[in-house]
Amino acid sequence: MERVPILKIGDILLVSIQVDMSDQTALQLQEDLAERIVATGCHGVIIDITALDIVDSFVGRMLSTIASISKVLDAETVVVGMRPAVAITLVELGLSLNGIRTALNVERGMELVAAARADESPYDHELADESDEAETTGSP
Amino acid sequence: MALTAEESGRLAALLSEHVDQVTQRWVETVAASLRGRLSQVELRTQLQELHRAIVATAENGVVDLDAEHAAELRAVLAELSRGRARQGFSATETAISVFALKDVLLELLESHGGESTLRDYVAFSGLIDAMGLFTFESYVRTREGLIADQAEQLLELSTPVVKLWEGVVAVPLVGTLDSARAQVVMERLLQTLVDTGSPYAIIDITGVPAVDTQVAQHILKTVVAARLMGADCIISGIRPQIAQTIVALGIEFGDIATKASLADALRHVLRLTGVETTRRSRRGA
Repeated sequence: MERVPILKIGDILLVSIQVDMSDQTALQLQEDLAERIVATGCHGVIIDITALDIVDSFVGRMLSTIASISKVLDAETVVVGMRPAVAITLVELGLSLNGIRTALNVERGMELVAAARADESPYDHELADESDEAETTGSP
Repeated sequence: MALTAEESGRLAALLSEHVDQVTQRWVETVAASLRGRLSQVELRTQLQELHRAIVATAENGVVDLDAEHAAELRAVLAELSRGRARQGFSATETAISVFALKDVLLELLESHGGESTLRDYVAFSGLIDAMGLFTFESYVRTREGLIADQAEQLLELSTPVVKLWEGVVAVPLVGTLDSARAQVVMERLLQTLVDTGSPYAIIDITGVPAVDTQVAQHILKTVVAARLMGADCIISGIRPQIAQTIVALGIEFGDIATKASLADALRHVLRLTGVETTRRSRRGA
């Protein structure tokens, strides 16, 4: 059985789905991801579906479930890289993937996770903001 | 329709013996029906070519327009009707260019024909009828081709996706939005979002003459699809009457941002992205 790799980048877990999702693979992914979130204490999950040509109701439900699981474990889920054809198909099928955040690409997804974290805990980013300001301020 | 070898031989002889007379009368008759919309010189060239093709085909002993040897004649006829269709002549005017040959032939046969005049005329006129029908068919085919081309061009012309700002694209919709166009607009917008990596899209409906439930449905689908991909849509350019129609029809845009003008929509997006705009005081003011 194929397994989907889960990569840790900083405070984010990156899941890039490169294979056709079967029921088994999907269930395995849910389990693995839940374990990794708990083990690493990450607060963001990015699921990259750029390589998926087909997203049916099953994969849609899997994405919703993963988002719910992550939410319970205090991690923000962002689905990134959906293809136009896939988006059109989902809309025609009437599946709107409620409760899932989306972004155009991994980079935007990371920004979105960072923004969501910043909203929740403003203290984490205070230091970074101050160093930015120190560089740019140059008043006479 | 079909001519015997003997008849086609006589036709070839008749036509080639009186070249000048035939073309002169032919051009006169056709010119009268076209009422000067085509120059005499051009018309003469066309008809001379057709005349040559008929003689060549008849000399070959071809008995049928559908035969393989008649390919050249068919090509000349098709070329003639294509030209007429493009120049905007009516179907009748195009067909008359061919049928006029009948009158000319009748005159010729009356003055020069032998004992088989009547039978010859019937046979020749059968051939000319077939030629006329062929011309008509080519004319219709050309017209259909033109219409199909135009429809396609219209579809392409009417749906540009423009970049308004870094990360902001806009789709100015102009004209009625039917299913086919909505599909094209949606595909093009989503593809542009991917290509440019823009997280914001503004759909401007200033140019849409009427918004009914179906049009609203198309717009909503586009917005939902864009959201699935991770981009936000704003609908702008809602005219007063359209706003009234939307409310009267009970169309719900939900949490989709709607703005009265494109400028408002752009300002809204810029505020969301954190871009600040200030007016610089004019020098000397």
